[in-house]
Amino acid sequence: MTFFFPKNKILLILFLSLSLLFSSNSFAETTNSEPFIQALELLQSKSYQEKGRAIEQLTATKDERVQSILEAMLKARLFYTKENKVTVIGIKKEDGFSLTHILNQKDLGIVSKSNLKKIKVNNKLRGILRASIATLSLSSSDTKKRLNAVKQMYGKTNKATIDALKIHLETETNNKIRSEIETLLHINDLDSNDKETQLSAIKFLSNDLHPETKNKLVVLKDHSNKEIAAASQSALKNINEKLGFYDNVNTAFFGLSLGSVLVLAAIGLAITFGVMGVINMAHGELIMLGAYTTYVIQQLMPNYIGLSLVVAVPAAFIVSGSVGILIERLVIRHLYGRPLETLLATFGISLILQQAVRSVFSPLNRSVETPSWLSGSLEINPALSLTYNRLYIILFCLAVFTLLFLIIKKTSLGLSVQAVSQNRSMARAMGIRASRVDALTFGLGSGIAGIAGVALSQLTNVGPNLGQAYIIDSFMVVVFGGVGNLWGTLISGFTLGIANKFMEPWAGAVLAKIMVLVFIILFIQKRPRGLFPQKGRAAES
Amino acid sequence: MNINFKKILATTLVIISSTFLSSQAFSADEKKKETIKVGVLHSLSGTMAISETTLKDTMLMLIEQQNKKGGLLGKQLEAVVVDPASDWPLFAEKTRELISKEKVDSIFGCWTSVSRKSVLPVIEELNGLMFYPVQYEGEESSKNIFYTGAAPNQQAIPAVNYLMDEIKVKRWVLAGTDYVYPRTTNKILKAYLISKGVAEKDIMINYTPFGHSDWQSIVSDIKKFGSAGMKTAVVSTINGDANVPFYKELGNQGLSSEDIPVVAFSVGEEELSGLDTKPLVGHLAAWNYFMSVESKENEEFIKTWQAFIKDKKRVTNDPMEAHVIGFRMWVKAVEKAGTTDTDKVIDAMIGIEVPNMTGGTAKMLKNHHLTKPVLIGEIQEDGQFDVVWKTDSEVPGDAWSDFLPGSKDLISDWTAPIKCGNYNTKEKKCLATAK
Repeated sequence: MTFFFPKNKILLILFLSLSLLFSSNSFAETTNSEPFIQALELLQSKSYQEKGRAIEQLTATKDERVQSILEAMLKARLFYTKENKVTVIGIKKEDGFSLTHILNQKDLGIVSKSNLKKIKVNNKLRGILRASIATLSLSSSDTKKRLNAVKQMYGKTNKATIDALKIHLETETNNKIRSEIETLLHINDLDSNDKETQLSAIKFLSNDLHPETKNKLVVLKDHSNKEIAAASQSALKNINEKLGFYDNVNTAFFGLSLGSVLVLAAIGLAITFGVMGVINMAHGELIMLGAYTTYVIQQLMPNYIGLSLVVAVPAAFIVSGSVGILIERLVIRHLYGRPLETLLATFGISLILQQAVRSVFSPLNRSVETPSWLSGSLEINPALSLTYNRLYIILFCLAVFTLLFLIIKKTSLGLSVQAVSQNRSMARAMGIRASRVDALTFGLGSGIAGIAGVALSQLTNVGPNLGQAYIIDSFMVVVFGGVGNLWGTLISGFTLGIANKFMEPWAGAVLAKIMVLVFIILFIQKRPRGLFPQKGRAAES
Repeated sequence: MNINFKKILATTLVIISSTFLSSQAFSADEKKKETIKVGVLHSLSGTMAISETTLKDTMLMLIEQQNKKGGLLGKQLEAVVVDPASDWPLFAEKTRELISKEKVDSIFGCWTSVSRKSVLPVIEELNGLMFYPVQYEGEESSKNIFYTGAAPNQQAIPAVNYLMDEIKVKRWVLAGTDYVYPRTTNKILKAYLISKGVAEKDIMINYTPFGHSDWQSIVSDIKKFGSAGMKTAVVSTINGDANVPFYKELGNQGLSSEDIPVVAFSVGEEELSGLDTKPLVGHLAAWNYFMSVESKENEEFIKTWQAFIKDKKRVTNDPMEAHVIGFRMWVKAVEKAGTTDTDKVIDAMIGIEVPNMTGGTAKMLKNHHLTKPVLIGEIQEDGQFDVVWKTDSEVPGDAWSDFLPGSKDLISDWTAPIKCGNYNTKEKKCLATAK
């Protein structure tokens, strides 16, 4: 330890003010006033209640350092040293924690974990912390921070925050923030005792979609004053209509995103099963390999979580693709034209791959981290927000589909694939090496499955059973869409996704899935070749 | 010729792959000395391998420890490990194999309730002895099974009390995976909540299939349900795997643990070690043991476990503690009875006390359940739990819930004179065979 603190408080303050006098940092002008230090000490208390009081006291001091302290506390980065109870901010490094002194912002070097005690927070404290940080951020110069601060306050306002907002509104120049604050103030006005204030608030909020507004209007519609009751009723009706509309938009979005997952999982199968006619039960495991590739890449570059995902896409394609080619060369090649045996053999392969992963990576799930740009959601209005990971998956799915479509339609490999699948002997007569094309096609389908694994690693567990969960769905999508048709796979994936999501609210997740299955069975009875049956000679064989 | 060869190749491949996965009974060199055999019945492959492999290792560690101490009744212990491969009927077959062929003196095993239900008739028929280490839904009591995990009154009910009294929760989402444990637990919880004055419209129940990964609509429903201006909490009996996408979706849709806390009954340290914990911080779990509990026994246990498994990062969890307690109790009971005879050991088990890992004592009750403390922990970023609440003393396990009409009057008591797993205290008679 390079620092030392006398236990006596008076001495401590003396020591601090002396050290501050001589230190050249920017905080030299703020004196370490008594309440600030007292509150800091209170923060080390074991009782959560005391800590809550300490936070309030800290906020009240209006000290510049408070915000960074509270933010550190929220992120569980606030510690105190066991030896002499100095409050510090610690950032985890490989060999311990790099500490910053709270009072003078000095870097205290790296200290091992055993010398530190974390200042624990619970949910209640987190709530208090967030509210305090929001109030403090109101005076931030960053518009984004201010906007976030105001948005945080919905449902958490009290008299003090309302007063703070009113004062802040006078100096606020940003229109977006102004309108948010006005909404907040009007929501608060709904509770006032003055009829005119209430009426004007209802009028102002008649298009507002915040749940707080709705909850308050529901209470007001039974108000003893008829005018207020009527006004809130009509406002509620308007709000409910809008909410209903956005609800449907939301469900459609959920459906699209589920659909894109289905398409991603199935599109590789659309090649191997659809174009080549191989029933590949190991398809799910090829997806799983892609997901594990993502995990491995992420382990190799732990400091670039976002970049590792980008690198994982080609890597997963290569890994799964080469395993696919290997399977084709070693097993499937010998079984063309014998669907039952292919089914059994590939099922065996799927079990082998699962157990292999279990032996190499352990049966436990592996954690694949989500980069920050993939978490959170895009808020369009209070009733509708689209989660980023789903948005990206839809885009990714469309990109993969386009790419694959171009490969099949525009490249010479694609042409050979089509030729071989349409008429094998004729293609061979034209000089196409059919068996090489088979291997490449299978590799392509498998590689795409690997890419799907990268996407799925962001949505679900990366474990040995990952593939099993998607194999049935994938076959369902391909069969429903029409074997041998890429467009069919796309349309059928999205259709099934949306149908599933619209059924889920009133049928429950389990029943919705069953109903979709029953529907497909009935559909296949009527149209055995799926939505988009192949036409022409290829269909006959 | 060539084709024939290929065909053979393909079929052997299938055969190899299927045998690869089925039973791997490691019966070590048999005729060494007379040993006491301990059966370990945990899935080492298939879906449940994720949770159960750890328990197999725990058993091997305990047996090794005991042998170092000189074994039991002067004999060495021998582990007989079988793999029921997450296949429920196979659990019954393997139990039969363990008792009839391997002649084991006790079995430590099972995780899911389905597997236990499948073992139950066999173990009763052959009069075996089994220790079941996982929290379960209750409504069962067998003479041949000792339940070392929590009954609903040792996990679910205290957790709900915590939410109700400390967090002031008024609206409840009961979300679970669609199988026997969540359904029974939620039935008990719903009856309990209604008895506490919660209106039916303030309880939302939701079931999802195993391994559910698309939580968008359910989370958005929960969000809507929770925006009615009353404090809302989710009581989750969602099984292992499906939790990760569930918590991720909660985070993505902006539901933090302060807005809507989730208290889970199936998420422990082991499950957390396989996932990105950032979106989970602040959510709750109710168990009878956490790795983070500071006590001498626990510290020692963690040290020996990490040394045995040769991995400094391996975590410990609640079912592991249950196995440790169960095994130590069995050892004590065998020593007390002076034999491994099933009936004598079963009688000797009752009343045995061993220290638990949280600084208290576990006692085997007449109904084959334990006394356990109940702890509520908040998930931290490092995948550990911070205990935020615990019961003042150990809670005795209750096999038959007091909140279900069918089981209110039932008790289980395996001592004379009742000797019955489902004794009706009103009619004063034993309902012959349990469900």
